[in-house]
Amino acid sequence: MLDALVQLVEMLVVLLFAPLLVGYVRKVKALLVGRRGPPLLQPYRDLLRLLRKEVVLAHSASWVFRVTPYLVFAATWVAAALVPTFATGLLFSYAADMIAIVALLGSARFMLALAGLDVGTSFGGIGSSREMMIASLAEPAMLMVVFTLSLLAGSTQLSSIAAFMQGDVGLRVSLALALLALGMVAIAENGRIPVDNPATHLELTMVHEAMILEYSGRHLAMIELASHIKLLLYLSIIGCVFAPWHIAVSGQGSAAYLTGLVVYVGKLAAGGFLLAVFETAIAKMRVFRYSDFLGAALMLGLLATLLRFVSRVT
Amino acid sequence: MALQILLWCAAALLGAGAIALYRAASTLVYGIALAVTLLALAVGGAALLAPDSLGGALTLPVGLPWLGAHFRLDALAAFFILVVNLGGATASLFGLGYGSHEEAPGRVLPFFPAFLAGMNLVVLAADAFTFLFTWEFMSLCSWALVMAHHRRPGNAAAGYVYLLMASLGTLALVLAFGLLAGPSGGYAFDAIRQTPPGSAAASAAVLVLALIGAGSKAGLVPLHAWLPLAHPAAPSHVSALMSGVMTKVAVYGFVRIMFDLAGPPSWWWGALVPLLGGLTAVMGVLYALMEHDLKRLLAYHTVENIGIIFIGLGLALAFEANAMPAAAALALTAALLHVFNHSVFKSLLFYGAGAVLGATGERDMERLGGLIHRMPYTAFAFLVGCAAISALPPFNGFVSEWLTFQAILLSPTLPQWLLKFLVPAVGAMLAMSAALAAACFVKAFGITFLGRARSLRALEAVETDRWSLAAMFALAALCLLAGILPGYFIDALAPAIHGLTGANLPRQEQLDWLTIVPIEQSRSSYNGLLLFLFIALAAGLGAEVIHRFASAALRRSAAWDCGFPDASPATQYTAGSFSQPIRRVFGTVVFRAAETVDMPPPGDVRPARLHVRLRDVLWETLYLPLSQVVAYGADRLNGLQFLTIRGYLTLVFGALVALLMVLSIWQ
Amino acid sequence: MSPNDPLMTSLALDVAHLFAGGLVVVSFMLLYQDRMTAVINIFALHALVVSLSVAWQAAIQDAPHLYITAAIALVVKAVVIPLALHRIVMRLGIHRTIEPVVGTGLTMLAGIGLVALSIMVMLPITQQAGTLAREDLSFALSVILLGLLLMISRRNAVSQVIGFMSIENGLILAATAAKGMPLVVEISVAFSILVALIVIGIFLFRIRERFETVDIHLLHEHRGEQP
Repeated sequence: MLDALVQLVEMLVVLLFAPLLVGYVRKVKALLVGRRGPPLLQPYRDLLRLLRKEVVLAHSASWVFRVTPYLVFAATWVAAALVPTFATGLLFSYAADMIAIVALLGSARFMLALAGLDVGTSFGGIGSSREMMIASLAEPAMLMVVFTLSLLAGSTQLSSIAAFMQGDVGLRVSLALALLALGMVAIAENGRIPVDNPATHLELTMVHEAMILEYSGRHLAMIELASHIKLLLYLSIIGCVFAPWHIAVSGQGSAAYLTGLVVYVGKLAAGGFLLAVFETAIAKMRVFRYSDFLGAALMLGLLATLLRFVSRVT
Repeated sequence: MALQILLWCAAALLGAGAIALYRAASTLVYGIALAVTLLALAVGGAALLAPDSLGGALTLPVGLPWLGAHFRLDALAAFFILVVNLGGATASLFGLGYGSHEEAPGRVLPFFPAFLAGMNLVVLAADAFTFLFTWEFMSLCSWALVMAHHRRPGNAAAGYVYLLMASLGTLALVLAFGLLAGPSGGYAFDAIRQTPPGSAAASAAVLVLALIGAGSKAGLVPLHAWLPLAHPAAPSHVSALMSGVMTKVAVYGFVRIMFDLAGPPSWWWGALVPLLGGLTAVMGVLYALMEHDLKRLLAYHTVENIGIIFIGLGLALAFEANAMPAAAALALTAALLHVFNHSVFKSLLFYGAGAVLGATGERDMERLGGLIHRMPYTAFAFLVGCAAISALPPFNGFVSEWLTFQAILLSPTLPQWLLKFLVPAVGAMLAMSAALAAACFVKAFGITFLGRARSLRALEAVETDRWSLAAMFALAALCLLAGILPGYFIDALAPAIHGLTGANLPRQEQLDWLTIVPIEQSRSSYNGLLLFLFIALAAGLGAEVIHRFASAALRRSAAWDCGFPDASPATQYTAGSFSQPIRRVFGTVVFRAAETVDMPPPGDVRPARLHVRLRDVLWETLYLPLSQVVAYGADRLNGLQFLTIRGYLTLVFGALVALLMVLSIWQ
Repeated sequence: MSPNDPLMTSLALDVAHLFAGGLVVVSFMLLYQDRMTAVINIFALHALVVSLSVAWQAAIQDAPHLYITAAIALVVKAVVIPLALHRIVMRLGIHRTIEPVVGTGLTMLAGIGLVALSIMVMLPITQQAGTLAREDLSFALSVILLGLLLMISRRNAVSQVIGFMSIENGLILAATAAKGMPLVVEISVAFSILVALIVIGIFLFRIRERFETVDIHLLHEHRGEQP
C-alpha cells in the first residue's frame, strides 16, 4: 500500500517539479550574466497560457501531428516515473529497466521527428534530421553508460543500481568516465548549450525548436512539459546513480521518505545550478562538431565498459 | 503425424504451382497457397506448443538410391515452419489483392507456391542431400521470381548476380556437408551427429564454409551484395518472402549446421561470428540510410537485422564453448526471437512498399510524400512496422534487442581476453545500429507518407485493396502482441532452445503481469504489457485533462513560411537532405561520400546542382577485382575453343600422360 | 593515519588510480581539440594532473624525493612551458587551427584501440603485481601511446612537441606508480631539460607551423566540406 502511494507521489513530483526546475535554471543563468531574469514560476504561467490558446494547424498536417504531443508526453512521463528520485523500490520499477527507459525516450523522439516532417516545411526537416543524427550517437553513448553501471551493479534495474551505489563503491575510474559520458549525453539529449540553444529560433541553432516550430496552443504546452520532464529525468538519473545519498529504501518509514524528498530537491537545485553555470560559460558549437562531441561521449562510455569487462577493480 | 501433414502441404503447394503452369488463375493459386500455409502454420504451431509430439522422422524413397530422402520435425524445425508459413500465409493474402494487377502472372504464379514449398522442405530436411536439393530448388524458384519482370532495367543484372552468389553459397554448403560427413560418408543428419569432425581444422573449415554458404543467403557482409539488387527486383510479396523468410531459412541452415551437426564449438567461433554480425549490422543500416529507393532501403535494412541475429548466434557459440549453457540459451533465444520478429515486421514493411508501388507506380521516395492523406490505412500499418523495427517499446523489436543486450551483459564472465575486448565493441555496434535504424525509418516513413506530395502520382494515389490491408494489419497486430506478451513467445521457443543448448530460460508465464525475466528477477526484467498500459493511460489522462481544462479551439491555416510563401513542395526536405547530417558524420569514412555543388555565377539562370557521390567500398575492393580476375582467366581459357584438331589431340595426349605420371608418383 | 592503515590504503590506492584514469581522459581531451590555444591549455592540465598524481604517490609511498619530481612537473610543464608556447604561437603567427590527418572521430577510435591494446599487453605480463599497480601501468602505457598518436596525427610542430611531452608525462606516471624505481627524479630532470631545449630550438630557429607545405585549399577543408 505504501509502495503504491510512493509510486503515485513519485509520478506527481516528476510532473510538478519539472517546470520549476526549468524556471530555476533560467533564473540562475540570467543572474550569472547580470540580468534579473524571469520569475521562478514563469514556466507554469507559460504552460497555462498556452493551454488557453487556440491551436493553429497547417493544412498539410495529418493525425500524426495531432497525436504526437500526447504520445511524447506519455512516454516521457512514464519513463520519468520509473526513475527513483527520492525513493527506490518503486512499485512498477520491474516493468522497465534503464535500457527500456532509454528506449522510451527514443520512442518519444521518433514521434517528434515524424511530427517535424509532417507539415512538409524545411524547418521541420532540419530539426528532424539533426535530431536523428544527434540521437544516432547519443543513444549508443547512453547505452554504454548503462552497460557500465549495470556491469558494476549486477543489474539493469535503476532501483538496484541506486541501492548498489548507496553501498561501499569507492572511487572507480569507470564510474568517473561514465559520469562524464552521461553528462555529455544529457546535455545533447536535452538540447542545452553547447549542442542546441533552447532560447533561440534561429536556423543555425535550432534542433528541438525546429521540430516543434509548427506546434501551438495545447499541443505546444504538452511538448514543452515533456521536454521539461526530460530534463528532470536526466538530472534524476545522475542524482540517483552518482549522488544516491538519502534515497529512501522501501520499508524505512515515512521520515526517510520525507528526508529523501528534501534531499532530492537539493540535488535538483545543485544540478540545475551546475547546468546553468556550464551553459553560461561555454559557447554553442557548430552543428558538424556535434559528432565529435558525441563521438567523444561514446568513446568515454566504450572505454568505461571496456574497463568493466577487463578489470576486477576499476 | 504432424510431419506427414507438412509434407502433404508441401506437395499441395507444388501442385498449385503446376496448375499455374496451365492456367494463370491468380485468385485460385493464391487462395490454395493461403489455405495450405495456414494449415502448415497451425500444424507447426501445435507441434511447437506440444513438444512431446515432436521428433517424428520419415524417409521417402526418392533421391539417392542408397540414401533416400530423410525428413524430420524437431523443435527447431517446428519453429522455423511457423516462421516460414506465417510469412507465406500473409504473402498469399497480400497476393490475392496485389496479384490482380500483376502484369506477367504466368511468370510469377507457378513459382510462388513452389518457392513456399521449397522453403518448407529445407526446414524439414534431415539429410545433407535433401537439404542441398531443396535449398537449390528454393534458390532457383526465387531466381525465377526475381526475373519475372526481366525487361525492367537492372532486373536482369540483379538476377545474374543473385544466381552467382546462390551458386557460390551452395558450393560452400556442399563442401561443408562433405567435411561433416567425413570419410565414412554418412549423409543423414543422424549419422553426422554421431561423428563430429575429427580435427579443429576441419571444424574451423566447416564454420567458414557455413558462414559463406548460409551467410551469403542471409546477407552477411561482405556477401550481401546480391540482396539489395535482387530483393527489390521481385514483385513486392515475393520481396517480403525473400527478405523476411528466405533469409531466415538461411539462418536455420547456419543454426542447424553449427549448433546441431558440427559438434562442440571452439571459443574463437564466438569471436568471429559476433564481429561479422556487428559489422553487418552497422554497414547494413548505413547503406540503408543512403538509399532513397524504398525497397532497396528495406533490403539493406534486412542486412542489418541479420547482423543482429548473428550477434546473438555468435554469443551463443561463445557461451557454449565456455560451458555456460544458461547464457547460451539466453543468447540463442534472443537470436531466434529476432528471427520471428524480423520476419513479421519486414514482411509488413515490404507489403506497405508494395502497396505504395501499386498505388503510385513509384519506388523512389524523392517522388512520393503526403501519402498519409491518400492511403491512411497503409500509412498506419507502415507506421507500426517502422516503430517495431526501430526497437521502440512496446513493440516486439524492442524485446529481442533487449534480450540481446542482456546476453551481452552476461559476457564479462567469458574468460578469453579477445572476447573480453570484442564483446563491448560489438555491444557498441549494436547500440549504434539500433539508433541509426530509428533514423532510417523516420526517413522512410516521413519522406514517403508525411509532408506534401512531391509528384503528381503521389498526389493522386488511391488506397490499396482489402486483401493487402488485411495482411498488413494482421502483421501489425502481431507486432504489438509479440511486444506486449513476449513471455508466451519465449516459452514457446523453449523446446527448440533446449534441444540445441541443453538449458532453458526460466518459465515466463507464471510471472506477475506477464513480465519477462531472462536470468533472474533481481537482475533484470521487462514488462511490455504494463508499459503499453501506462503509456495509454498517461496519454489518455493527458488528453482528458487537456480537453476538460484547456481551450478546444482549432483552426486550419497555412504553414509557417517565415515570410516567404512557397507553394512548391520541392522546398521540403528530401530523402537525401534528411540523411545528409548522418552522411556527413559516417559517410565520408564508410562510403567516401563527397558532395560537389555546381553553383552558377550571378546572372546565369540555370539551376544550381548538388551532386552526391557515394562509393560502395566493398563492391570496389572485393567484387570488382574478383570479377576482373575471373574474366581474365575466362578470356585466356576461351582460347581453348579455337584450337585445331591437332591441338585437341595434343591436349588429350597431355592429359593422359599427366594422369599416368600422377599415378606413378602416388604409388 | 599511517600509510599502513587498511582503510587509508584502499582509499589512497583508489585516488591514485583515479589520477591515472584522469590522465588518460586528459590525453583524449588533447586528441579532441582543434585549436592551438586549447591544446596548450589542456596540456597544462595534463601536467597538473601528473604533478598531483606524483605528489599523491609521494605521500602514500612515503618517498619524499618524489615531491621534487612533482614540483618540477608543476613549475616547468604546467606553467613555464605553456606560457612559452603561447608566446611562440603569437610571435611566430603560427596557424591557430590544428589540421588533423584523419578526422577527429577516427583519431578517437584509434585512441580507444590503443587503450585496449595497452590493457591487453600489460595485464597478462604483470601477473605478480597488485591489481591496482597493474592497471596503473596499463593506463601509463595508454598515455604514452596516445601521446604518440597525437604526434603522428597532427601536421603541426607545436602539437608534436606537446605530444612528446605527454609521452614523458606517461613515463613519469609509470615510474612513480611502480614503487621503488630508482633515479626517478634524475630522469625527470633530464627529460625536462630536453624538452626545454626543444622549445627554445623552435623559438630560436623559428621552425614554422608545419613540415608539409601550406596550401590555401587546405583552409577550405575547415569550413566543413571535405574535398
